Amino acid sequence: MRTSTGGRVGQYAALLGYLVFLAFPFLWLVSTAFKSPRELGSLHPTWIPRDPTLDNFRQAFDEQPLLRAAGNSLLAALGAALIAVLVATPLAYVMARHRTRLARAATGWVVVSQAFPLVLVIIPLFLVLKNLRLINSQAGLVMVYVVWALPFALWMLVGYVRAVPAELEEAAAVDGAGRLRTLVSVTAPLLAPGIVATGLFAFITAWNEFFFALVLLKTPEKQTLPVVLTHFIGAEGVADLGPLAAASFLATLPSLVVFAIIQRRITGGMMAGAVKS
Amino acid sequence: MRVKIAGVLALALLLSGCTGDGSGPEGGRVTLRFQSLAWQQESVEANQDLVEEWNAGHRDVKVEYVQGSWDSVHDQLLTSFEGGEAPDIIHDASDDLADFAYGGYLADLTDLLPERLRSDIPQRSWDTATFGDGIYGVPFLQEPRVLIADSARLKEAGVRIPTPEHPWSWPEFRKITEQLSGDGRYGVAWPLKEPVSATLNLSLSAGGQLFHRGADGKVTVRFGAADAVVPRTIRDQAGTDRSASPTTLGSGGSDTLPGFFGGRYAMVPLGFSYRQQITQQAPKGFAWQVLPAPAGADGLTQGVSPQTLSVAEDSPHKKEAAEFIDFLLRPENMVRLALGDWMLPTGTQALKDPALHTAKDGWATGTALAAHLRPAPAQSVRGYPEWKDKVATPAFQEYYSGAIDLGELRERLEEDGNLVLARYQR
Repeated sequence: MRTSTGGRVGQYAALLGYLVFLAFPFLWLVSTAFKSPRELGSLHPTWIPRDPTLDNFRQAFDEQPLLRAAGNSLLAALGAALIAVLVATPLAYVMARHRTRLARAATGWVVVSQAFPLVLVIIPLFLVLKNLRLINSQAGLVMVYVVWALPFALWMLVGYVRAVPAELEEAAAVDGAGRLRTLVSVTAPLLAPGIVATGLFAFITAWNEFFFALVLLKTPEKQTLPVVLTHFIGAEGVADLGPLAAASFLATLPSLVVFAIIQRRITGGMMAGAVKS
Repeated sequence: MRVKIAGVLALALLLSGCTGDGSGPEGGRVTLRFQSLAWQQESVEANQDLVEEWNAGHRDVKVEYVQGSWDSVHDQLLTSFEGGEAPDIIHDASDDLADFAYGGYLADLTDLLPERLRSDIPQRSWDTATFGDGIYGVPFLQEPRVLIADSARLKEAGVRIPTPEHPWSWPEFRKITEQLSGDGRYGVAWPLKEPVSATLNLSLSAGGQLFHRGADGKVTVRFGAADAVVPRTIRDQAGTDRSASPTTLGSGGSDTLPGFFGGRYAMVPLGFSYRQQITQQAPKGFAWQVLPAPAGADGLTQGVSPQTLSVAEDSPHKKEAAEFIDFLLRPENMVRLALGDWMLPTGTQALKDPALHTAKDGWATGTALAAHLRPAPAQSVRGYPEWKDKVATPAFQEYYSGAIDLGELRERLEEDGNLVLARYQR
């Protein structure tokens, strides 16, 4: 089906509008990060800083332990992503391949679990972790992130497993491959893009997470980046805007870099074999 | 296989790196955790320096500085209290204490504080942190709402400059803002993103009480003539005179500063601590000054919710925690904290410090207002947060935008409002 020129122009215009909508807050953040306090107070703000400065970055690093916080965030996010994927992959495989009543109930429960608001679980969770002596511990935080990311990760991976034709596994079995061999050599490579995407989801969720980290970590040495960023905000929402923008810009970089590196592989992997050439 | 082993090792290393250590008392030495909400560099430094000084002089009681955040302090404290993991010494604001005090999470400090501190802070400040018969926080920093004015615009218009001794009245203020307006410029920009606390606190100057406690101890809302003075002035400025910018009525304080620096607004009513932001952001050569807010039948009186220091009820070391608070709030230390936060100390001795009486950055004007500060009207009203969010905020916003008149504002604040408050007072 051919699209008319007018339709094509409309599509591109809509796409451009969507891109501007998505990019605007980030570009404004970058612009703000390089502006002096005087320029931030200007009545006629400009996209390109008139007198670009790195002072906000210097001040942000001087005032708050950003590197240490970033290290803590990285540790928590990597741990959560790795464990979530390790736990979710076999579970998703079973749920996708064995469509029993139990599997359907489990899928339903996964969806329902997403409906619980954070404030409902935070106090019971706090008490459970306290009994386990996991308050103020990165291990406790990682555990919470895994549990929090698991339902959606599972739901995502079930979709990926279903997209892998069962016939391929049957063919491998006919060729004499055992169950483990089939999983490792046939299913796992086809699932790789899905696993990576799921891991990324868990990583980004944990990297950006604020409230659990705020409540569960007590000592400054263990605080994660989103918690430390709030230290640039004062009473009644007054903010130290320049350093806050500089630190927030740095905090978004890992997510951007990770996506930039592997997004082509994810989409490539998802599309591979979709049509017969 | 090698890959698998490497993977398992990586996971093991990751987990071992994640394991928490948990900090506790060292060798019989008491360790107190002090959660501070200081956020500006000068203020954080002042707090940390004081903690270091305490630790240097008290080998048996060590204080650990924990950085908190104004943005999330209520939820974070609530969870910590429920889990029995709250800091020993808690920095907060008096308007956030009621639930914690009534909930039994904070220690009653009545018998823990030394007489020096009790007598140094005026009773009107203690009232902000007194709930029932107990004192649940030590009020130590406060800020009046002042008018930050463009000196050149005032001089150009030739208006009388108000002082704490001879402030503008509300009608005079209205007339002057009209005089300062025209050609796309406004006499004042009211940042009323949070219209309720600003209106109620300033209304004390006109004798507005709004909340009235009956003989049975129950509070009801009554919006009288005195309560209408400030809202009507603002509404007239924005709607009738066009001397107040209608666009800033939904803005926060910081949002009005570019327009102020750019000459669009001659004055902006802001909290006293905004001066720090103004000194950082004002263009070179821009002259500004601090003026007292207008006065009414009750003079310069206005409501405040001071910053407080409290002790957690669960703390096993309440006496030591109170001693640390006493140290932190010695007059000379209170001054350091006040200067760091660009606010006023509550202590009468600290208020005498020469550093708070200089003309530079409007310190002297603010300090002269300290005697007029009273507890915010809503301070001890149970159900106030719901009344504010569900009834008062939309009602004031609609009134200021011109959508409803004074009669309807009164009706909604009283009728809808009293239904809300009644639920909390059964």
